[in-house]
Amino acid sequence: MWRLNPSPEVLGVGSPGAGLPGAGSSGAGVRALLPCGDSAFLVELPDLNAVVAYYRGLTGASAAASLSLPRGIIDVVPAARTVLVTFDPGAIRPAEVRDWLESAEPARDSVSLGGEVTIEVSYGGPDLAETAQFLGMSEAEVVKLHTSSEWTAAFSGFAPGFVYLVTTHERLRVPRRNTPRTAVPAGAVGLAGEFSGVYPRSSPGGWQLIGTTTAALWDASKADPALIRPGDVVRFVEA
Amino acid sequence: MAIVVVNPGPLTLVEDLGRQGWASLGLSPSGALDGQSLRLANLLVGNPVDAAGLEILLGGLRLRFVTASTVAVTGAEGIVTLNGAEIPLNQAARVAPGAVLDFGVPLFGLRYYLAVQGGIDAPKLLGSSSTDMLSGEGPAPLKSGEQLGIGRVSVGNGSGFSTGAWPLINVAAHPAIRRAPDPGRAITARVDRGPRADWFDHDSWPRLVSQDWILSPDSNRIGARLVGRPLTQTRHEELPSEGMVLGALQVPPSGLPTVFLADHPVTGGYPVIAVVRRTDLDLLGQARPGQRIRFLG
Repeated sequence: MWRLNPSPEVLGVGSPGAGLPGAGSSGAGVRALLPCGDSAFLVELPDLNAVVAYYRGLTGASAAASLSLPRGIIDVVPAARTVLVTFDPGAIRPAEVRDWLESAEPARDSVSLGGEVTIEVSYGGPDLAETAQFLGMSEAEVVKLHTSSEWTAAFSGFAPGFVYLVTTHERLRVPRRNTPRTAVPAGAVGLAGEFSGVYPRSSPGGWQLIGTTTAALWDASKADPALIRPGDVVRFVEA
Repeated sequence: MAIVVVNPGPLTLVEDLGRQGWASLGLSPSGALDGQSLRLANLLVGNPVDAAGLEILLGGLRLRFVTASTVAVTGAEGIVTLNGAEIPLNQAARVAPGAVLDFGVPLFGLRYYLAVQGGIDAPKLLGSSSTDMLSGEGPAPLKSGEQLGIGRVSVGNGSGFSTGAWPLINVAAHPAIRRAPDPGRAITARVDRGPRADWFDHDSWPRLVSQDWILSPDSNRIGARLVGRPLTQTRHEELPSEGMVLGALQVPPSGLPTVFLADHPVTGGYPVIAVVRRTDLDLLGQARPGQRIRFLG
């Protein structure tokens, strides 16, 4: 069943809850198809679970460099509670796009779809101790929970290559730092709200930093520059 | 095969037609703000329409050509000189080795486009050499003393550049020249309903399409900020970040909209009341600070 959001929190995103992607039994769970000019629709969904499942269903996973989209579809952009679909009206009729969006089935299997990415992390970030204290765990328990959880790339944002990762529990939910850092180094692994994420480049940031990776999250010299794409499954391992 | 940047002016960027289709990775489409003018410049020198050229904000650019070349300047209108002699805009011009090309402050419009036969040779990200001022991806803005390489692209050379290129013979005969907008007159842009039009009171849509908005000097390639009588939101809950389209009129709590241009953030958390038609965004790319803008919807 689709879960409704009683209390939107960080970023207004609902809790991912258990059983990602938690596909519903009837239809795609599309709440509304909002017009967005003459060459896009904004699909409203009940929550982030539904977004991930719907996005995976639409794009047929994200393992391939190019998604399997109908001709004329330009972008499929998942966000907290919506999926934006832009198209070229010269190549596909709005009614066809509408049909495609309304008939899409959410993907039910989180493992068989999407790419899998493993990221090596040196834990011991500047906020690990504070995070452990906030969660009432030892630092080792935070690391164990972070590495044993299966994370799902829900959506990008903030900077190219940055992906909001969610998992099936909220035991690592922590608030952002009261005062954001003016410079977070590239490769910093952080927690904020129900999300985990890796900074692709040095930037200001308010996430709780628990570790660092040497993996390149964004490499503009590659034909496929993003290490993680929406829909992917991500696992963290200790370096 | 090079061009020396003697003076870059306030902001000169390498731009082509951008990289569409990567918003899910957090990348803006980028590309020339006035794509129609870059296309025309490319056609005039025999390039594929999507070859990389220069987008020259407010003139001030001085280039010295090391090798002979053929160039065309389109978009904004002002005085452009080659070795001190004014050259016609919207026409191909031969450039001798050692020649100096100077761009005066435009009198109409804001951004010149320069195409060089063969295209500007710059590294590509996801198929495009465009500079994206939001993410910082793509070539850095031009600097004094920098050398630009000239590429070898041409229409029908089978280099893979030919996507979307028109047969040169048809357009060279009748190039579609659109004059740069007169700064003393309002620019008109058509709008369609946006996804959150119902987040505003009943007067907001009429107010959006009946008044003359003024382009704020804070505008850039990311967005055209507008000043006028504010629009009024009736819903005050926080909008979870959602995907933003090119041309979205995003309205923050101030009630003053920003039109998202080529380097716009791919997601945003303010409601979008309307979306400017893609074909009318080129004109907005030529709007000058203080210029009046009218929406037709």
